[in-house]
Amino acid sequence: MTNHRVSYTLDSTLETVDSAERTATRIASEAGFDDDEVMRIAMAVREAAVNAVLHGNAYDPGKKVSLAFERIGEDLVITIRDQGKGMDLSKIPDPLAAENLLKTSGRGIFLIRSFMDEVQIHPSQAGTEIKLIKHVHGPSGGGKEASQ
Amino acid sequence: MSMKVSSRQVDGVTIMDCSGRITLGEGSVILKDAVRELLSKGQKKILLNLGDVNYIDSSGIGELVSAFTTVRNQGGDLKLLNLTKKVHDLLQITKLYTVFDVKDDEAAAVKSFN
Repeated sequence: MTNHRVSYTLDSTLETVDSAERTATRIASEAGFDDDEVMRIAMAVREAAVNAVLHGNAYDPGKKVSLAFERIGEDLVITIRDQGKGMDLSKIPDPLAAENLLKTSGRGIFLIRSFMDEVQIHPSQAGTEIKLIKHVHGPSGGGKEASQ
Repeated sequence: MSMKVSSRQVDGVTIMDCSGRITLGEGSVILKDAVRELLSKGQKKILLNLGDVNYIDSSGIGELVSAFTTVRNQGGDLKLLNLTKKVHDLLQITKLYTVFDVKDDEAAAVKSFN
């Protein structure tokens, strides 16, 4: 991947989710990640796009999802932003807790954190921005939270 | 590739052969509808063959959980068969591998219902 930024402005539709995943697959492949890492990155992007379209913008046709891919140093940095009310981080459940194991939702952020090296979530009244970072040549799969 | 489901009966067990992707939207809806249809016919012993399912997202995982609890709540049982490595890994990291009864041999899986 060359050192430049590509960005997209997308509608709040299911097609956006699929499109974001396809684009992430292509760019992660071009950046030199192996197939397993490409799948993890693409799934993290898909889950973030699902959050933006469903929970952030709530399918509102007047609201957009922005998606950007950047190579910053040795990192692939992916930013997804919605125009919703802002995610309430205190309401994200622990899907591994015994009482939540059989819940049918609430695993998206957990999977994102599992698959990326760093995840930064910045909610505001203008929407939520989530930044997904993968080290191109560094250790992978740490899933640590950088900041919120 | 969208999801496809076909069903067959073996010794009183309904085997649902699934292929494609179980994801938000069509894939999850197809699975939900297929399980509901089986339950409406009184077919409550369900073996979900995921051998040709190459991708599941969090919505798909949620739909698997929903199918599992729905069948259990109606007095039946739903088990998983032939997980691909990707699906196996997903169920491991979400701690659902121990919730589901996961099989890798169809004949033994069918017998386990009886």
